[in-house]
Amino acid sequence: MIQLEKVTFTYPEGQSIFRDFDWEIGQYQSWAVLGQSGCGKTTLLYLLAGLVFPQSGKISIAGHALSRPRPETGLILQDYGLLPWANVRQNASLGLEVRDFYGPDGKHAPLALTSTRDVPFWLKRLGIDDVADQYPGQLSGGQRQRTAIARTLVLQPDLLLMDEPFSSLDAVTRQDLQSLTLQLWREQHFTYIVVTHDISEAIFLGKSILVLGKPPHLNGFVVENPVFGQAEDERDRMVYKDLFTELRTRLGEP
Amino acid sequence: MKRWHVLWALLALMVIWQVLAMVLNQVILPSPVIVAIVFAQEVINGQILLHFLASFWRVVASMILSVMLAAPAGLVLGQSPKLNRIFSPFIYWLYPIPKVVLVPVVLLFLGIGDLAKIVIIFLILFFQILVLVRDQATSLRPELIQSVHSLGAGRRALFRFVYLPASLPAILTALRQSVGTAVAVLYIAELFATRYGLGYYIFLNGSTLLNYPAMYAGILAMSLMGLMLYFGIDGLEKRWCPWLNANRIQGSTQ
Repeated sequence: MIQLEKVTFTYPEGQSIFRDFDWEIGQYQSWAVLGQSGCGKTTLLYLLAGLVFPQSGKISIAGHALSRPRPETGLILQDYGLLPWANVRQNASLGLEVRDFYGPDGKHAPLALTSTRDVPFWLKRLGIDDVADQYPGQLSGGQRQRTAIARTLVLQPDLLLMDEPFSSLDAVTRQDLQSLTLQLWREQHFTYIVVTHDISEAIFLGKSILVLGKPPHLNGFVVENPVFGQAEDERDRMVYKDLFTELRTRLGEP
Repeated sequence: MKRWHVLWALLALMVIWQVLAMVLNQVILPSPVIVAIVFAQEVINGQILLHFLASFWRVVASMILSVMLAAPAGLVLGQSPKLNRIFSPFIYWLYPIPKVVLVPVVLLFLGIGDLAKIVIIFLILFFQILVLVRDQATSLRPELIQSVHSLGAGRRALFRFVYLPASLPAILTALRQSVGTAVAVLYIAELFATRYGLGYYIFLNGSTLLNYPAMYAGILAMSLMGLMLYFGIDGLEKRWCPWLNANRIQGSTQ
């Protein structure tokens, strides 16, 4: 579904992040990109989102070269992605409103506009229907991220990109939302890529894990994860521990 | 701020005024009771009302004019770092000029009608709104812009769904901050070649007719006008920016 071919990206200040970087992702897969801050993992996500562009190389998604944000891709950031002046319902409807604003032009919105427009359904599914009239400033961090997820899923994306989506949340809320992400992935048939610095989050959410060490990245190191999506009490402890240690070594942590 | 707090403050000021008037015992500081009687008389015979309306129209007209010109300009500068780089130095040169000094120049070019007075107040409001709206637009979090951009929003939709609603509170804040200055400048503008306006009324009674109670009645009317403008702006904010209020009540940390 996603192909990166010989992608080279350098920051304007001259730091090289990716050099002839290749990566391939199949449909309906679930990926975690693991790396420490400053390793370029957010840049990778922004490249996939069509928000920044490589100096050379090619990124194509669903057979089309990426030249702008794809209407079928959903993006969820760590925080601050919600409009502070719009309540939960209005925030969740924002994508639909943007699409109405342009009409189905194939550029800002898909040509075949098939969205269910079912904002109430998504508010309910994500458990935020009772705060639908509240503003982001009145919500907890977890409710804010649920709103951000609802806003994206309303548009029925085929690809979900998440940048440290749960790292500002407390442990319990984080686990809830991680499980919810998995449930939604099983229900809704989309591909997702979650970027994180948290090894345990990467192991829980990534069927495949791309590890990024220090830039520049010539090619990614990919680990297939046997304990993907398994809760603490159901997974094989030894396998988990070995994987954890391997990932930590790859990250260059002591 | 509750309405009855304003009344209590008025009462307290009246008491202080009364005490001062009794202590000083001078014609130039009459008791507030006398002023209140004269004020009532002037309202009933319609004298002060005409002056009030003339002044009110000038202030409101210049407010509307400055919002209509400064807000879009501020938004454009806030959105485009390039234009901002070009125009910022100009703003920094022009903004600190006390616009009152331009009164003779404006009168010379625009004559002695309402337009000259409106333009003088406009010159002051314009820069305040311009700078506040521009800063608001530049201070929007990149995460917010990116995530709305990823929902398919191009330049036009970003303007409609992000920049415009984000600048509303800035516009209202700028207006609120400049009510005091606007009224003060109005007084000066109305000293010159006019027969209607509270500035004229105050000057005429205070410096020509030496009718001090009437002069204070005029000052009272001016302060009432300022109060009405404050309440008007607060009302608009409540209506157009309900989220500000909701966040305040909850004492949010955001």
